Amino acid sequence: MTKEPVAVVGIGQTKHTAARRDVSIAGLVREAAVRALDDAQLTWADIDAVVIGKAPDFFEGVMMPELYLADALGAVGKPMLRVHTAGSVGGSTALVASGLVASRVHRTVLTLAFEKQSESNAMWGLSLPIPFQQPLLAGAGGFFAPHVRAYMRRTGAPSGIGALVAYKDRRNALRNPYAHLHEHDLTLEKVRSSPMLWDPIRYSETCPSSDGACAMVLTDRAGAERAPYPPAWMHGGAMRSEPTLFAGKDCVSPRAGRDCAADVYRQAGITDPRREIDAVEMYVPFSWYEPMWLENLGFADEGEGWKLTESGVTEIDGELPVNPSGGVLSTNPIGASGMLRFAEAALQVRGRAGEHQVDGARKALGHAYGGGSQFFSMWVVADTPPAN
Amino acid sequence: MREVAIVAFGQSDHRRDSAEVSEVEMLMPVLHEVLDAVGLRAGEIDFTCSGSSDYLAGRAFSFTMALDGVGAWPPISESHVEMDGAWALYEAWTRLLTGEAETALVYSYGKSSPGDLREVLTRQLDPYYVAPLWPDSVSLAALQAQALLDAEDAEDTVADERALAAVAARSRTAAEDNPHAQVTGSPPPEALLGDPYLVRPLRRHDCPPVGDGAAAVVLAAGDTARRLCHRPAWIRGMDHRTEAHSLGVRDLTRSPSTRLAAERAGAFEAPADLAELHAPFTSQELILRRELGLGEGVRVNPSGGALAANPMMAAGLIRLGEAAAAIHRGAADRALAHATSGPCLQQNLVAVLEGDVL
Repeated sequence: MTKEPVAVVGIGQTKHTAARRDVSIAGLVREAAVRALDDAQLTWADIDAVVIGKAPDFFEGVMMPELYLADALGAVGKPMLRVHTAGSVGGSTALVASGLVASRVHRTVLTLAFEKQSESNAMWGLSLPIPFQQPLLAGAGGFFAPHVRAYMRRTGAPSGIGALVAYKDRRNALRNPYAHLHEHDLTLEKVRSSPMLWDPIRYSETCPSSDGACAMVLTDRAGAERAPYPPAWMHGGAMRSEPTLFAGKDCVSPRAGRDCAADVYRQAGITDPRREIDAVEMYVPFSWYEPMWLENLGFADEGEGWKLTESGVTEIDGELPVNPSGGVLSTNPIGASGMLRFAEAALQVRGRAGEHQVDGARKALGHAYGGGSQFFSMWVVADTPPAN
Repeated sequence: MREVAIVAFGQSDHRRDSAEVSEVEMLMPVLHEVLDAVGLRAGEIDFTCSGSSDYLAGRAFSFTMALDGVGAWPPISESHVEMDGAWALYEAWTRLLTGEAETALVYSYGKSSPGDLREVLTRQLDPYYVAPLWPDSVSLAALQAQALLDAEDAEDTVADERALAAVAARSRTAAEDNPHAQVTGSPPPEALLGDPYLVRPLRRHDCPPVGDGAAAVVLAAGDTARRLCHRPAWIRGMDHRTEAHSLGVRDLTRSPSTRLAAERAGAFEAPADLAELHAPFTSQELILRRELGLGEGVRVNPSGGALAANPMMAAGLIRLGEAAAAIHRGAADRALAHATSGPCLQQNLVAVLEGDVL
């Protein structure tokens, strides 16, 4: 049996910022959804189903907020699914939505992810004291820092690589009007001398806490033909999960990430991702995860990721631009961060990324991960429909 | 549409308090039960999807612990909905329909015992205008029940307190045959009407027990389903619909989302012989019966339904599982399964299950 091809015909996001005090949660998601509908030149009546995702409910203190958001998302009278797969959720949500189209259960689906971190405190949202379970060790940075050190030790990477990533992503963010951080006066030296938070991760190498939402309209082949702007076509999508902590886990390069990448490349017919992919939107909440994921995703051999970063290949005008949007390091509404990666990859192949457009981007990878590097979701999108 | 069936179902014993076991420990025997039933290991399942709620567990990312229990190694293709497991089953169903997977494991669980469920559920309401007033779940259901009792239009429903008590008595008597049920047995409806009100017009028997529990099913496509199960419960259609959140803009005596979902699932194309309805409150069963057009010939909730056991996040999946299990053992040929979520039946799912002619 054949699947229906899935096209991205509408993308909308909010201007991300530390606190959107002018809108409710409903107002925030509505803003992104309306922009996605406008981009697709569709109305609420054209939407058959809504798939929404966000990270833990404790971040805003609302249990199953999709129930309250049904009205704001035009979901009344329609099917609505709520996905939650930790930090990878934005990507997983898009993939669940794509499944509704691919299975021909629905023709046009609105998918949206959000976080309004200002209504609560993510650090405490992650630090509820449960007996006999390991807390996230003073926020996510405390959990990930030892794995960064392990990467440095394993590969011999020099200590300045992380700063290069942060400096690059923050400069890219200046070209993206929706990015949260616009640090016009940032220099490499300022990144390098910023306070040490979780050795070896410095303040300027960490992601901000953002309020924001991202929405996409996914549709079938007939829907794509009616779209006013070029669609992005999905060529592959996959999710992989592995246990949080166990003796055999490779926290530097989790097997779930490698397997997930191999699956999307197989679906998309990609044999040499380094040459065949034109732009990557990668989930890099701490700067060192760029070289780590370059290896995990098959763009570099083991131990070689940091060399790609150091050589400038991942700069916006390099051979393999990584996070031309500024990435998670510049914008982090947690639940939406994964969908932003997927949406920014789609923007690139649609040629609609504006100032941060990568010249001639025809095939792009969107990547998200979550939990203790245990959940992965990815898609490959291109400017032409898949062959089958 | 590709043929997809429920081929195995398992559930825990539902209990008021399970303090001695973690959620994972509560879930594990159920997972093993369904995997053993089809002779597969976790790593041999193509897609896994679960449903649960962080607010019940009292911690963020609570589902990650359950995943560790599944034993996701080598890594598995897996997803999670922050909803009742019935919606996890829906997600898995669409995945099988694409042809990307032949088999799926679906599970869900919830422990209500560590908190005060009525208060916890208030956090599910509009956070700006409603939640700060802390209207609890039983009070909201009582508003809905009173609206039903007050409704002039009672042509096809006898909505009086005796009708409510009859639902309770029938459900809890039926639950005597369900070894997993939390509440079993009931005095006759007349006797129940002598009980004091909990929140008028609801008495204790009109409300579901608060309890902890877990459930799991295995889905399979086509010939794989035939190989794994001697009489697969084929999913002929499945749909779910949402209504407005605000109670003020809804007619609480009706459930248009249930009717629409049933239409889209093909429920009205042929009569069913069994229906498993997720109606935590007696009044809700009357509303659902009317929307689904269920006559006297349909056996409703032979398991005892949510009035006998209502583990949050699993009770909807259990309805699908109970309906499928009835088909597996030849006790039904065409069954409706229904799940609900949100205050006063806000969100509803309907599935039509059929067994091959024996």
